[in-house]
Amino acid sequence: MKTIIHLDSIEKSFHGTVVVPSFSLSIEEGEFLTLLGPSGCGKTTLLRMIAGFEEPTSGDIFLDEKPLTHVPPYQRDMNMVFQQYALFPHMTVEQNILFGLKMKKVSAAEQKQRLEEVLQYVQLTELRKRTPKQLSGGQQQRVAIARAIINNPRVLLLDEPLGALDYQLRKSLQLELKNLQKNLGITFIYVTHDQEEAMAMSDRIAVMNKGRIEQIASPAEIYNHPQTLFVATFIGENNIFRDNGTNTAVRPEKIKLYQPEADKDKHKKLGTIADAVFLGNLRKVFIRLDGQDMTVMAHQYAGDGLDWKVGDRVAIGWAQTDEVILTC
Amino acid sequence: MKTWRRHTLSGYSWLMLVFLYLPIAILVLYSFNDSRINATWNGFTWKWYVSLFDNRQVMQALMNSLSIGVISSVLATVLGTAASLAIKHYSLRWRNVVNGLIYLPIVIPEIMMGLALLVLFSQVHMELGKWTLIMAHVTFSMPYVMVIVSARLADMGKELEEAAQDLGATPWGTLRHVTLPLIMPGIVAGFLMSFTLSLDDFIISFFVAGPNSTTLPLYIYGLVKRGVSPEVNALSTLLIASTVLLVIIAELFRRKDSKNGQIHF
Repeated sequence: MKTIIHLDSIEKSFHGTVVVPSFSLSIEEGEFLTLLGPSGCGKTTLLRMIAGFEEPTSGDIFLDEKPLTHVPPYQRDMNMVFQQYALFPHMTVEQNILFGLKMKKVSAAEQKQRLEEVLQYVQLTELRKRTPKQLSGGQQQRVAIARAIINNPRVLLLDEPLGALDYQLRKSLQLELKNLQKNLGITFIYVTHDQEEAMAMSDRIAVMNKGRIEQIASPAEIYNHPQTLFVATFIGENNIFRDNGTNTAVRPEKIKLYQPEADKDKHKKLGTIADAVFLGNLRKVFIRLDGQDMTVMAHQYAGDGLDWKVGDRVAIGWAQTDEVILTC
Repeated sequence: MKTWRRHTLSGYSWLMLVFLYLPIAILVLYSFNDSRINATWNGFTWKWYVSLFDNRQVMQALMNSLSIGVISSVLATVLGTAASLAIKHYSLRWRNVVNGLIYLPIVIPEIMMGLALLVLFSQVHMELGKWTLIMAHVTFSMPYVMVIVSARLADMGKELEEAAQDLGATPWGTLRHVTLPLIMPGIVAGFLMSFTLSLDDFIISFFVAGPNSTTLPLYIYGLVKRGVSPEVNALSTLLIASTVLLVIIAELFRRKDSKNGQIHF
């Protein structure tokens, strides 16, 4: 795989406060990379530095091995889909989509041809003469994507593009975006705080916290082998066992529940059922451990046989291979 | 109890309106009075309006007012818009300082502004006349343009300009294709506001006008010194009517929705 964007010792501070501490990162051509983290973790700042709206305080950004750091946004071969779409309200759908080609003085014939292609692709042909105000949120989102991809950018930057939409629409557009990325072969850098979205779409996820990239890996790797406490608790649900300064994480679905008297060799800890919540496909059982100020969560699936009630005595255990030792 | 309170409140509102508009209503009424003396009503007539248009001095003052109004408001609009665009890029602290300095001329007593301008013009030995009037009018109307245009710019946010740049528009292309079209209603409102202010101004104009640059308000003031004639009433009525009309149009432009270009009330 060829590196398309390389960030070399990038650092960003605002008024003397470091927002993004120095780090390096290589993004591969054609990959779907997600920057995932809670709000204020620096993921949008990072995206804006790549787009050229913010200049890094130090370090360099390379696109195809050419330094980009002092290239203005309008000369960078990448396009951005903004959080609130930022469609031009005084232009029609068609004029919005053509804006980039007009600015680059592409011939009228080519403009027309590419417009038709893109309109077809995002299924907006019928709505081409409307203004953004006359479109639904999902349609506006399509215009924003069409307006970006008509320029055939090397990289597409997406800043929480689904954040303003309702749940159902978000789910279906996730798949559409993923397919779009596969079909066009464009590198996507996608910013979100929604871990489910990140899991469903990404080739690699960079989990960010306080400006730092805590871990960058495939969704499965991030889920199964989190390296830090933050990643372990931010992605999915987890039980953290602290022992002499070492943190061990065990996912709730890996925790097995036993009768305290039976299978003594598989037990690790004893406790009492504190709560049990039925969620349809699974039951979340909360176990208060004896002599420890800690509650463990375990997932019980239908057909596990045992129907635990609040106040029952219980033993918990897990396989050695399901333990993840966290480095920090 | 409730109805009693409501009647009192609405009665009070009506009283306030009468208090505000009675003088103007009387002035308008007497401009149609077929009598030289204001005190008695002798029947309806247009003759004072007709005689206004036969009066060369009135027409001269009108032409002065219009030309000074157009030139000064065009200048104020261009300069004010450019300044608003520049201030937007300042850091927050500087923007606040500059904004404060912009608002100042709006609250400074007009008589001080007039005096200050007069001192300035005589210091640099400028002959008082149309050009000093134009400069003075630009000085006091530019802040209004800046206030209106800056509000419009703030309303627009920076995302649309960033989107334009992201799509390959140079700073100039962004200004031309995105920023200016979107703030145009504010610019037009600012222009109309400036024109209205220029047309109405008396105090500052009084200080900086020369012998051949009498504007309508100055002319009316001159007439009143010789007694309030029905012509003055007619002239004032026209001035009030055009001012109200301009302010309404300016307000419509100012309120024009930035999102879909519709005027709403």
